[in-house]
Amino acid sequence: MNSSAKPRNARGLLGLFKNPMRRWAWLFVGPMVISFGIGFVWPFFQGIYLSFCKFRTISKATFIGFGNYAKALSDPTFIHAFWYSALFAVVSLVLINVLAFAVAYVLTQGIKGSNLFRTVFFMPNLIGGIVLGYIWSMIFDGILSRFGSSILLESKYGFWGLIILMCWQQVGYMMIIYIAGLQAVPEDMLEAARIDGANRRQILFRVTIPNVMPSITICTFLSLTNGFKLFDQNLALTGGQPFVIQEGGTVIKTTEMLALNIYNTFYGSGSASPGVAQAKAVLFFILVAGLGLAQLGFTRRKEVQQ
Amino acid sequence: MKKALSLMLALVMVLCLGIGAYAADDKGSVYWLNFKPELDETLQQLAKTYTEKTGVQVKVVTAASGTYKQTLTSEMDKGKDAPTLFVIGNQAGVKEWGEYALDLTGTAIADELNTDAYNLYDEEGKLVSIGYCYECYGIIVNPDLIEKAGHSMDEIKNFEGLKAVAEDIHARAAELGFDAFSSSDMDGSSSWRFTGHMANLEYFYEERDAGGWTECPAELSGAYMENFKNLYDLCINNSLTAPTDLATGGHDAEAEFKDGKAAFFVNGSWEYAAVSEAVPNATMIPYYCGVEGEEKAGLNCGTENCWAVNSEVSEANQKATIDFMVWLVTDPDASAAMVEQLGIMPYKSAVESSNGFLNDAAKYTADGCYVMDWATNYQPNVDDYRAALVSALNQYNADQSEANWEQVKTAFVDGWAVQYKAANAD
Repeated sequence: MNSSAKPRNARGLLGLFKNPMRRWAWLFVGPMVISFGIGFVWPFFQGIYLSFCKFRTISKATFIGFGNYAKALSDPTFIHAFWYSALFAVVSLVLINVLAFAVAYVLTQGIKGSNLFRTVFFMPNLIGGIVLGYIWSMIFDGILSRFGSSILLESKYGFWGLIILMCWQQVGYMMIIYIAGLQAVPEDMLEAARIDGANRRQILFRVTIPNVMPSITICTFLSLTNGFKLFDQNLALTGGQPFVIQEGGTVIKTTEMLALNIYNTFYGSGSASPGVAQAKAVLFFILVAGLGLAQLGFTRRKEVQQ
Repeated sequence: MKKALSLMLALVMVLCLGIGAYAADDKGSVYWLNFKPELDETLQQLAKTYTEKTGVQVKVVTAASGTYKQTLTSEMDKGKDAPTLFVIGNQAGVKEWGEYALDLTGTAIADELNTDAYNLYDEEGKLVSIGYCYECYGIIVNPDLIEKAGHSMDEIKNFEGLKAVAEDIHARAAELGFDAFSSSDMDGSSSWRFTGHMANLEYFYEERDAGGWTECPAELSGAYMENFKNLYDLCINNSLTAPTDLATGGHDAEAEFKDGKAAFFVNGSWEYAAVSEAVPNATMIPYYCGVEGEEKAGLNCGTENCWAVNSEVSEANQKATIDFMVWLVTDPDASAAMVEQLGIMPYKSAVESSNGFLNDAAKYTADGCYVMDWATNYQPNVDDYRAALVSALNQYNADQSEANWEQVKTAFVDGWAVQYKAANAD
């Protein structure tokens, strides 16, 4: 911190008017505040309002109270999508982070061509989710069709298919974060551990991992929320297939996750559906935000001060 | 330098505001949210011509394939700038968007129609939307290949005839160098040929037994499921592609037919331009499926292309829109351009069709055959209903067991009732 910062801060709000540079602050902050307001704050609150309404176009909404929430919570497909997303998020969280950390660890050991490997591992991130979904559906079916099956025929193929796809896409991204974390582990600490006679395993678990806890926090946060929010890949890879067609004709889309369920509800059935989808979206936000914050709080406590 | 830059920025801002505030005069303007991507080029051209002639602004925006509902939902929210002309193509659409549609009864454009067959009404009898073209579907056949296989088109007058020819061709496919049916992929780009079109034979015969439907029935009886199975089985089991390989698609059925690798191709009249180039003798036959008296069946004729005028925009814009519609169907050049793309338009003054398949349809009718109308348009909650059917058909394609067919039946018949309830819940 620069030493002159303190007295300037002390002048507080008054400085805003006295300092000609600060007088123009609104010019720089203003556009951002306005676009954030238009693009996020306003739609966010309007979305919450709409979840209490019956509407087709949002300018013609009628307030109906909690009806949409009751319908959303009594919808078996929504409950199924919730548990399915939860299972997916947990499995993908563990796999992505373990793999990403392993790759990052290997690539910080100074092996030849590390930079090339990093680039290659990172590249899947640059491809859009829809494209990936279709490409992988062809890859999986190329294999499964030899056994007379398809990714669209068995829920377990759909589940593991999506896990493989997401690992393939996300491992490279998390790897970059872990590499940054690993490179920041103080060399003197590692050296001290070695001199004290710690073996590689002990160094990894007692020194390195506690030191990269900030990276672990951010990576688990990202992969947990990504897992819950997943949409494009889900839509393109299986689109919810296979369905279980129950007695009486109702349908459970076995591989449909929360976001896709909300989307399908919105453009689905009846005059009430947009409102119900909106209510689901609000519940979805509360869930993802709550989980994300809880997880951040939990892993933060494990971080060490350097 | 900095001053110049900020001056430029300010100018740009003022210009933007100026353009935004530029208001149209009281001539009204037209904004057509178009549903058919293949029609876009023609429409842009026609819009330009119309503006030159009359000075009325015409804007045509085409929604990307398969996203009409999404685009319409957001565009309709623009109040005064919402589309003045849009598409309500089936009964589900009438339920969703009917209240945004102007009653077209007695308007200038309604007076130009030569049939009421393709119009959609709501429960109160309001004329919600009117057909601007119609199409037909059935089984496209390459008669040259049929003859090459030692058969003749005259043998195919009912399901037995079709089955005999198709199975014979499939059995000798290696020797002949072509197969009976082109691939019936179940991915999004192709499954509608079965869940939307072929399914129509079941609905149609049920509808005929009921003396015609005027609104979506709450449930189906499934009386003709066996007939649907007849034709569907024939189609997947006598094809270039094994039924187990259909789920994620990736085969080009149109190319297979055009390249002479398959004699039959389940599709509709919109394929005429593409198909007739390679197979000039291509013709279309009805869905023969083993129903009594089907020797008198015709093609499936109907439409999902119906114009609706937005009731929420200004009267000047509504009038401008209807004037534009009338021009499209009465002006010789405009209607010729439209018919070339659309095949046929059900209007008194529009030019005649040059589409071979639509002419086939007219010939069947002239011969006293019954038209199989598009009962499919009543499918409740159509996307969800079809998605469930696709999933069930995928299971059945992989393993054609009794149990799996029961699932297809459940999705087909009970699924209808479930989706009907969902679509009509408040």
